[in-house]
Amino acid sequence: MSGALTIAGYALRESTRRRVFVVVLILTVAFLALYAVGTEAAFDSINAEAAGAALDVEDEVLTGSTLLGLAMFTTLFLGCVLAVFLTLGAVRGDAERGVLQPLVVRPLGRTALLAGRFTAAAGVCAAYVAAVYASATIITGVAGGWWPADPVSPGLGLVMGVILIAALSLLGSIFLSATANGIAVFMAFGAGLAAGLLGQIGDALDVDTLKNVASVASWVLPFEALYQGGLDSLTEDVGGATAVIVQLGPFGGAQEGGPVLWLWSVAYLLLLAAAARLAFARRDL
Amino acid sequence: MSAAFECRELSKRYGATVALAGVDLEVQPGELVGLLGPNGAGKSTLVKIACGLVRPSGGEAQVAGQQAGSAAARATIGYLAELFRFPEWLRADEVLSLHQRLAGSSGGAAERGDLLELVALADAERTRVGAMSKGMQQRLGIAQALVGTPRLLMLDEPTSALDPVGRRVVRDLLLELKRRGVAVLLNSHLLSEVERVCDRVAILVGGEIVARGSPAELARAGGVEVELDSGLRAFPEASREQVPEIVAELVAAGERVYGVRVLSSTLEDTYLEAVEAAS
Repeated sequence: MSGALTIAGYALRESTRRRVFVVVLILTVAFLALYAVGTEAAFDSINAEAAGAALDVEDEVLTGSTLLGLAMFTTLFLGCVLAVFLTLGAVRGDAERGVLQPLVVRPLGRTALLAGRFTAAAGVCAAYVAAVYASATIITGVAGGWWPADPVSPGLGLVMGVILIAALSLLGSIFLSATANGIAVFMAFGAGLAAGLLGQIGDALDVDTLKNVASVASWVLPFEALYQGGLDSLTEDVGGATAVIVQLGPFGGAQEGGPVLWLWSVAYLLLLAAAARLAFARRDL
Repeated sequence: MSAAFECRELSKRYGATVALAGVDLEVQPGELVGLLGPNGAGKSTLVKIACGLVRPSGGEAQVAGQQAGSAAARATIGYLAELFRFPEWLRADEVLSLHQRLAGSSGGAAERGDLLELVALADAERTRVGAMSKGMQQRLGIAQALVGTPRLLMLDEPTSALDPVGRRVVRDLLLELKRRGVAVLLNSHLLSEVERVCDRVAILVGGEIVARGSPAELARAGGVEVELDSGLRAFPEASREQVPEIVAELVAAGERVYGVRVLSSTLEDTYLEAVEAAS
């Protein structure tokens, strides 16, 4: 246990020294600043025009949920970038650079080494995603006076999502070179998002094949389902015309997550951990 | 007391490639054994199996009586890889501190100071790895390998990046370790280094040990050469013990003797012969 914590501390220091960390922080600050300006402008605009009055649409809800949905998408994307870059070369990449061998020959064991690396990456990504999501929620609330129906669940979904991406990338790092692993995980991330959009189209047009594809993809890549579940939680108390229009928007069409999704996400994480442990134990360095 | 390292019929295959084909080797406590061989001979694979970095395909390997690769075995070794890198942002002292924690060493600052002193890096305690020359990093790597007072030290090409002064530091260090009873398995291409410090040498070619013995045993007698008025005369079958007799006969025959040289093949000659014969 102490060996894993030592590695986690070492990996944590390494994480914060990587250039990608600075790049992501700069991008995040830029995003939040633009988000604040955009949100302020959007709410000012709807207050002036009251466009939805005739349709009995709650303009603040529509604007707030759409903007926060956009913020959630961006947060998940930036969190994914961070998770991938912190883990993409953790095993094979580090072994090829000669960084890994001096650590592996120590008595702590390979499992502890993996656990340490994962703890550090997951901790950094989880803290990052939680902070950005909380900032975006507060900006939305302060700028427009709109707060999500359930502000906690979407944040937890995003946190769990990036933790899964970090675990997936760590597993991939055992088999693939750093570049190949980064590409593979980003492709998986993209495939998940594409499947989510297909599901949205399938729901709107009532096409079973598209809905089935989205459903299967959600189980195979649960970070997408967690994100969808989070979007759904934003407006879970909204009904009527507002709910219909939100569903038609780019961040609508979301599916409810539910406890089964969370149980599956935890099981998925454990499966990734078991696969990584087994693969790393058998890998020649 | 069990051998510091022992392997029997050790083999390793990477797909169709045979890296080790039934190697037997033993390193006793306090013994310095050199592994020689061309690139791809299996030297690094052998060391990596001993460290637990590579799983053998067959045979067995033990470190201090424990199965190689087990936590108990890894607790008794120090290892310097041929290609290694420490994070550039760590200071020399921090590198050693990290490895102390991983090795469970309670040596603290005193041990770190001693190790840096031992590899002539006492002044570089606060220097970041990124600011060190390749030679300094190599010596820091050796200090790292010595954290926790290992019983068996495995060094893979430890002097490859060092200048003559650095090599001298490592050579003296190896002799000091030997004096302290630490067993050393040394992989090197530098035959002169191996010849100077090793008690025994094993020459590995194509995954098999083709010659082994002390450097003196491997460097065979090569005859006697005598300098006369008429030039050099060679006695290829003669040994050192026959020199007085040869000189006496030459003088009795009216020759004037200006010098005598006992010839022996060097470890390099033996190595080259072994490699050529095996290939």
